[in-house]
Formats: sequence, C-alpha cells, structure tokens
Amino acid sequence: MANEIFILIEHFRGQLADITYIMAAAARSASAGGEHPVVGLLLGHGVKDIVSDLDVDRVLSVDDSALADFTSDTYVHYLENLLSTYSPRALFVGDTSVGSDIAGILSKRKDIPLVSGCKEVFLRDGSLHFLSQIYGGKIMAEGEIPTPIAILSMIPGGYKPDQGQGSKGPEIEEISIPGPEKVRIKLKEYIDPEVGDVDISAESRLIAVGRGIQREDNLELATELAKALGGVVCASRPIVDQGWLSTSRMVGKSGKAVKADLYLALGISGAPEHVEGVADSGMIIAINTDPAAPIFDIAKYGAEVDILDLMPILTEKVLAARGS
Amino acid sequence: MKIVVPIKLVPDLVDEFEIDASGKALDTTFMRLILNEFDEHAIEQAVLIKEKGGGSISVIAPEYDGADDVLFTAAARGVDKLIKLTGDFESTVSTHSLAASMSEVIKNEDADLILTGVQAYDSFDGPIGPFLAEYLEMPYVGYVSKVSVSDGTCTVHKEYPGGVAAEMEIQLPAVLGIQAAEEPPRYIAISKVRQASKSSTIEESAAGEAIMGGVATLDRMYVPEIGEKAVMFSGDEDQVADQIIEVLREIGIL
Repeated sequence: MANEIFILIEHFRGQLADITYIMAAAARSASAGGEHPVVGLLLGHGVKDIVSDLDVDRVLSVDDSALADFTSDTYVHYLENLLSTYSPRALFVGDTSVGSDIAGILSKRKDIPLVSGCKEVFLRDGSLHFLSQIYGGKIMAEGEIPTPIAILSMIPGGYKPDQGQGSKGPEIEEISIPGPEKVRIKLKEYIDPEVGDVDISAESRLIAVGRGIQREDNLELATELAKALGGVVCASRPIVDQGWLSTSRMVGKSGKAVKADLYLALGISGAPEHVEGVADSGMIIAINTDPAAPIFDIAKYGAEVDILDLMPILTEKVLAARGS
Repeated sequence: MKIVVPIKLVPDLVDEFEIDASGKALDTTFMRLILNEFDEHAIEQAVLIKEKGGGSISVIAPEYDGADDVLFTAAARGVDKLIKLTGDFESTVSTHSLAASMSEVIKNEDADLILTGVQAYDSFDGPIGPFLAEYLEMPYVGYVSKVSVSDGTCTVHKEYPGGVAAEMEIQLPAVLGIQAAEEPPRYIAISKVRQASKSSTIEESAAGEAIMGGVATLDRMYVPEIGEKAVMFSGDEDQVADQIIEVLREIGIL
C-alpha cells in the first residue's frame, strides 16, 4: 500500500536487535492516528517466533535457507522484489552492519532517495518528516521524507526500544520469492569474541580508557583505579585495535553497550561510535586535555587534567575514603 | 592485485560548526578539512595487502582544500598512483553524486579491489561504498576489519555488534567498507610527505556533471543546543580528584 511504512527487521541468533524495536517506535510515533500502517519485513530462516513482541501491524515474512545468514547480495535481492511488489511510503533500515550495507545499493538500483543518520520521524502539515544528524550530532537537519518513497537509515537515540514493543503479536503473512541466481558473497563462519573474564555490559562501575592512555603499560594505572573502585576497565576502539585489551572490553557500536552507574571516561574523545555504547549509563565523568572533545557533551562532570597523573592520585584517595 | 582507494576529506569533529545564511547548509568558509579517519584505515589496509602479496594502489580524492597534502601523505605511506577528482565540490555534494563521479574514474583503473572507509560523518545519504559497488556492478561488504586476498576472491571479517565477526568470502572485483585496518595506521613523518610532494605527481580527472537527484531537500539545518555540557572541575590533579571523590560520595559509590 502506498502509505505503509516498512521496517527491515534486524535479527541475529534468534533475537531482534534493539534497532528493530527503535524503528517500530519511530514509525508508530509518526503515525499515531494510524495514517501509516507499519509493516515489518522479516527475511530469515525459521525465525517467525521472534516478532511476537514487535509493535507493528503486520509482518511480511520470507523464509528461505538462502536467508539463514545475512549477505548484502541476498537481502538486496529479496528487498528489491518486495519494493517492486509493494510500494511503501518509506523503508526504514538500521544504520548498522546490515542496513548500511544495503541501503545505498537499493537506493541506486531502484532510484529511491536515501536519508541516513535518521534519529526521529514525525508528521508535520500532514506529511512525514525526518530529523537526521551528521557529525555525530553536532549538526541536525530536518526535512520532508522524499515522496513518493524513500529509504531511511536509522540510528538509535530518538526512541527507547521498549517504545517499539507490543503485547499483540502482529499477523504474519508468508511470502514466497524465488531465490537469487547469483550470490557473490558467502558466509564461512561466525567468530565470537574471546570470552573475557568479565562482561562489561553487566558491570556497574567502569573505568574506560581511550587514546589518552598513550602506552600499554599505563593500563596498569587504570586497572589499579578500577580495583579500588570495585569496577573493571573497558576501552574505546583504538585501544582494542592496538591489541592492548581484548574485544570483550570494547564499548561502542561494534563492541558492547554499557549501562554503568559510574562511567569514568579517561582520555576518550567521544566519537559517535563510542558514545552510542555509553548513552544509557548513569554518572559519566570525563577527563580529557582537549576541552572541545565531544565526550564532554554527554558527561555530567569533566576536567582537563592529565589522566596519567590523575589516576594514581585518585586511586589513593578512593582507597583512603574506603578506609583501607 | 590492483587496489583503488577512494577517499574524502571531512570537517574535523572538534571544530566549531556554523550554519550559513540559507539556514539549510553548513558554513564551510573557515572549515579545516582532514582525511576521513575510516578512509585512512582503508589506505593503510591497502598498503598492508600490497606489502603481503604485491600489487599497486591508486588513491582518488575530490578536489577539496588540503587534498594535495592528503594525497602526498598517501604516497609516503606506499600508494603508487595519486588521482585528484576536479570539479566544483561543495561540502554538501551528496554521497550518491560523489560515487557517480568516482566510479567513472575507477572504471579506468581496472581494479580488483576497492577499499573505502565504511562511513563518513558528513554524509546525509549513507556511506559511499554501497553506491560505488552498484555503479561498478560489484559486491559490497562493509564493517570490514580483516582482509586477505587470493586468486579471484577475498576473505574478510565483517563486524557485528558485541564483538562478533563474520568471516565472508567475496568474489573479486569487490568493494569493501573498511571499519579498521588490521594494524593501526602507521605514523608518517612530515619529511616523508615533503619528499613525496617532490617525487610524486597528482593526476587530475574531471568529475562529470554531479547528479543532484536522489537527495532530500531540507527544511532547516541547525546546531542543537547541547542540553547540558559537562560541569568542569577546575584545579590540578589533586583538586580534581577531590571533586571526583565528592561526586562519588553523592551517588553512593563511596
């Protein structure tokens, strides 16, 4: 139907990704009066049960062994077909390893405008509008979602996942589409991160280190501080890329999302991909010698001092305060 | 192995951002442009592949302020051919349009592998890789953090949230969106860049008509009010530590 909003359901290992619920919440909030029915597109193999708490009006499900795992070639093939058969008002995809791989391909192939970095969707003067961000949120832009159809690549932050959950499971319509003839990409296997000794997403006190730590042996200062505080050390991407900490300690878009009561960000600039993983945390304190570092936009308190000098002093004071 | 790395320059995230008089575009008059960080990783990854198995690398940059320096730095890193896409590029040129122009140049390079940064902060219409792949009729995989090549195929690690990676095999020629090079980009001394500026030439290639369709028109662009920027503690490390202890007491950690 020409006024439906389609959302590409993202799922992995039998679970819906948070972004899927967020997209449902976005579509619902823009269509409170039911102007735009919300339809979930489920591409997968044996996963129909996972949509029972997704707040959409109905689900179009394509079940095929070719869809057991994501490749851009496969998803584009089926989505191309679905977009030709149905002409939705918009297709929402996640700004993720799945959605971002395919949005541009579909946009060019079907000649459909693409709007990325989309945080919110709303109705204005009877038509659908987007609120997008660039530069990690330093600039916001609003506009009408191009007509008659557009692809929106959505980022988290505008809605909470629970806003996209519903108790009335959507009706599921099974669609049969012939599989792709040519697939140039093949999944060989999944590689799980080394099981770390800690799950940082379950920790309430985190000492996060970034480039400002400068050298691997300085990590010890952070470990001591973490021990004093009863927390653990985690890191932004550059530290993990250096091999100084395992991937299981990485906070951010490609790593883990954390919900700490205390997040002490030391020498972290606050790039969007990192901040995305921190946003749900309670008290964020950031130390960075650069006063313009974006981390100070999400921190409650901050300081411009040298973290290498600060850490041992703070450790000592914490231990004294704890009476040890 | 012929590798092509399309790159772009973007404003630095730590700079002040202002909107121009139209209220719908960025004021780029005083903006300092730097190499897109993910494109730097793409160049580094290309060099790593070349060092392992031989081949040649071409880098293509649009004619932004500072492009020459970026290209010479790429040469100092080990890139063989430097190409500058000339034309009237405003910072608001859509990624789709840039991909259309870039792909015309890439078509002449007979590439086996195209590496480009998985994203750029300044895009309104997504990353360039998927558009390039479509113009060039090649497969695309993004969020790549490991690349190895053999005859006719490449094997990559594609990153998913939570630190999970998918090992994927892709038929060449292909376009990859690089999330991180296998090694952090090496440091290039200014002296090496200066040397490269004397010994390398930058080939120029005119961008065709920019395709302006397929881009959303904006009602307005604005710098959002940062709700509450961090309250900054003053003083030296000792004084800052005391203030942190205060906060930790307030929230019940101590």
